[in-house]
Amino acid sequence: MIAQEISDSLKAQFGDAIVETKFDGVLDPYIKVAPEKIKDVALFLRDNVQTAFSYLMCLSGVDYQEGRLGVVYHLYSMKWNHKITLKVDVTVEHPHCQSVESVWKTANWHEREAYDLFGIIFDGHPDLRRILLPDDWEGHPLRKDYQVQEYYNGMKVPY
Amino acid sequence: MGLLDQKFENSNVIITSMDNLLNWARLSSLWGMQFGLACCAIEMMATGASHYDFDRFGVFFRGTPRQSDVMIVAGTVTLKMASRIKTLYDQMSEPRYVISMGSCSNCGGPYWEHGYHVLKGVDRVIPVDVYVPGCPPRPEALMEGLMKLQEKVRSESLAKKSA
Repeated sequence: MIAQEISDSLKAQFGDAIVETKFDGVLDPYIKVAPEKIKDVALFLRDNVQTAFSYLMCLSGVDYQEGRLGVVYHLYSMKWNHKITLKVDVTVEHPHCQSVESVWKTANWHEREAYDLFGIIFDGHPDLRRILLPDDWEGHPLRKDYQVQEYYNGMKVPY
Repeated sequence: MGLLDQKFENSNVIITSMDNLLNWARLSSLWGMQFGLACCAIEMMATGASHYDFDRFGVFFRGTPRQSDVMIVAGTVTLKMASRIKTLYDQMSEPRYVISMGSCSNCGGPYWEHGYHVLKGVDRVIPVDVYVPGCPPRPEALMEGLMKLQEKVRSESLAKKSA
């Protein structure tokens, strides 16, 4: 299936939950989904025989600045050898997004990483703890407005 | 045998000072602590392997701080690791020495400005005897660092603590 067909079948199934699509031939084609529907969309894409996205290649967090955060999902179908990108936009004030851990187990650590470094909260994740930084760390360092702390446990951090 | 070989000839009696004897014993068998933090550890392993052969300096890597004399901090010291390094250093028995290997553990290296998670020099948590520059230092550089440490040990005295 090409991206346009995937998008059409998603729109038929989910309607308003599909916020935006872009197939300009420059970027990889992507489909933007509402954060409270991403799990249903992911499950549909995985279990539908026509799409069969069995593999979540990568899940990343993004800081677009001006109060906007995002999650990007890169999917691959081993059966049909096609790919699609899903995007979700959330805000800094309300950084909540559905977890897709129940759809692809690999999302478990990826979502923990996005939570650790960007502060995106994945609702429904079974174990949403920091994964790279120490548990007592303050802040989310890959946000563009992150300020390096003066001291961490008595150790001076800036050069 | 260095300072002893002239004195074995007839009588099997050695006359030397306690300082010399202890320093010679210490500097000839500096057992290293077997742990690495980043890419510098690869060079440290290369130094330990047959081509460069750290063993000829009496350096044997030990798996526990309690049996180690020298800690070679080989790699990037993250803030998460720094408290562990302090604990490991505290577990070593005296006399203990530290070689800081590579730019990262000397001063933060390439992470000096934007490394929010990197300690800017391991000397912020433990005292360092020898700094080996490089990114990473070649085995020759690490060996020179060890020889500098041997010089330092050779000048120690029981009467006063070395600087």
